[in-house]
Amino acid sequence: MNLFDTLKEAVNASLYSPADVTTGSVHVRDSINHKRVMSIIMLALLPCILMAMWNSGYQANLTLNQMLAAGQIDVLPGLSDSTSICANLTKGLWIFLPMLIVVMVTQAFWAALFASMRKKSITAGFLVTSFLIVLLMPPTAPLWQIAIATSFGVVIGREIFGGIGMNFLNPALVSWVFMSLAYSGSMAGDAVWTAVDGYAGATPLAMALNDGVASLAAQGVSWQAAFLGTIPGTLGETSALACLFGAAVLLVTGIASWRVITSTLLGVIGISSVLCMFNPDAISPAWHLVLGGLAFGIVFLATDHSASSMTVKGQWICGVLIGMLIVIVRAYNPTAPESVGIILLFGSVLAPFVDRLVVNAHIKKRKSRHV
Amino acid sequence: MSHYFMIFFNSVFIDNIALTFFLGMCTFIAVSKKVDTAIMLSAAVIVVEVITVPVNNLLYTFLLKKGALAWAGYPNLDLSFLGLICYIGVIAAIVQILEMALDKYFPALYNALGIFLPLITVNCAILGAALFMVERDYNVMESTVYGAGVGVGFGLAICLLAGIREKLVYSDIPKGLRGVGVTFIIVGLMAMSFKAFSGLQF
Repeated sequence: MNLFDTLKEAVNASLYSPADVTTGSVHVRDSINHKRVMSIIMLALLPCILMAMWNSGYQANLTLNQMLAAGQIDVLPGLSDSTSICANLTKGLWIFLPMLIVVMVTQAFWAALFASMRKKSITAGFLVTSFLIVLLMPPTAPLWQIAIATSFGVVIGREIFGGIGMNFLNPALVSWVFMSLAYSGSMAGDAVWTAVDGYAGATPLAMALNDGVASLAAQGVSWQAAFLGTIPGTLGETSALACLFGAAVLLVTGIASWRVITSTLLGVIGISSVLCMFNPDAISPAWHLVLGGLAFGIVFLATDHSASSMTVKGQWICGVLIGMLIVIVRAYNPTAPESVGIILLFGSVLAPFVDRLVVNAHIKKRKSRHV
Repeated sequence: MSHYFMIFFNSVFIDNIALTFFLGMCTFIAVSKKVDTAIMLSAAVIVVEVITVPVNNLLYTFLLKKGALAWAGYPNLDLSFLGLICYIGVIAAIVQILEMALDKYFPALYNALGIFLPLITVNCAILGAALFMVERDYNVMESTVYGAGVGVGFGLAICLLAGIREKLVYSDIPKGLRGVGVTFIIVGLMAMSFKAFSGLQF
């Protein structure tokens, strides 16, 4: 199989249905396959994607209008009316599309290279990973950094293990963590959340952690705004509402494990309530859930099939641990407030060992029953 | 109390001896194919660390440190250049004694630990802990906690690695990377995920 066959097959697989469709009784009765799983995840991501386009444009336009009012700039550039949905979407599209193209081209290059070198077909999950990577990047991230982060995530996180389902980490998550460790200036600085030159402002999460939730109100960030997602942040993470829709789709179709989502939420709510009890200035659970990448991470990243725990007990244990660690690192790490990505990565590293312990315990129990 | 907790937490998560300093790599890679053996090895490492680090600390404070031999009439004698060789000797001797004692009194445990005890005599994570203990000026109590922390950290890392390697048995890794090659990459990714804890202040 040469490179062209590989590419042709990839295009065929994503656009057409196969000619040889099985009819009659076959052994596998389930209609779900890799491609359909990925299509449903795309559907679940759709509100996040739309929100990402609108919000990144909205934030930029809002900032431009504020700068105009403060006299920092003389004239507004075109399409800068922050009340017009159309203007916001267009501006957001100009931020979103270049990133998406870069991520897709980079990923297509590596996937095609590996597939043709190893004489295999390109695996599913290409689109979902591309969109996830884009949604995890801040609107101002330079495109070359995104390309490098994508390459690292796709090659080291997935391709060297043999493609989808054989990896132990989510490639989008690896890209995100790589980006925040290697180019921390583009991920954690003050000026990185709004696509306007010369503008600087902290993220709502950093503000809440440093100066308390009360300081958010002074900046005009209400809980409702954070829930709807009209706050600065990485492209896809801002809207908890859109993530909630995604969660509903994934849970109804059974693609995401409800145990993973519930246990992680339990961990977050539990430990943040305890922290609130001892320290009245700590962030309340309700705020934790809507700020930063928590909602997005729990719904779309923690539930990755091959990167999360596989046993029932393991899912509960890992989920609660991940939820607790996210809040603890947020509360006690002044240098890097956004802990979701890296803690989810730690959770994926932890998962196989926890699974193994659960299986060991089960074997022991069965053995003791039949002495 | 919180001081000791910080030493322990630091050495387990933030300055993990295997994933931050990359010490003890030979054992780390060689004995991480199966979770069960990895758990055994971690038990052995924890026991040896908890015993050898404080003993080496006593040796350093009362014999090797500058001015430690003042009672013998040599107030200016500084024997700390002998540290490296002394610590290795102490570790080897203690492991030998431990092995004999286990063989005599706890044969079941001895059989379970088997080859691991003599194997970790020459593990650089053990020696590394002794050298870090000197560098950071710990007292006996602190070095006991530190030894336990290093042991638990190494054990945690090797157990997690073994879990991942067992899971990846079903992966389709390129031929040239199979075995040690891909393990190094996994260790790198694990080190990345342990970055989550750096900078934590309680």
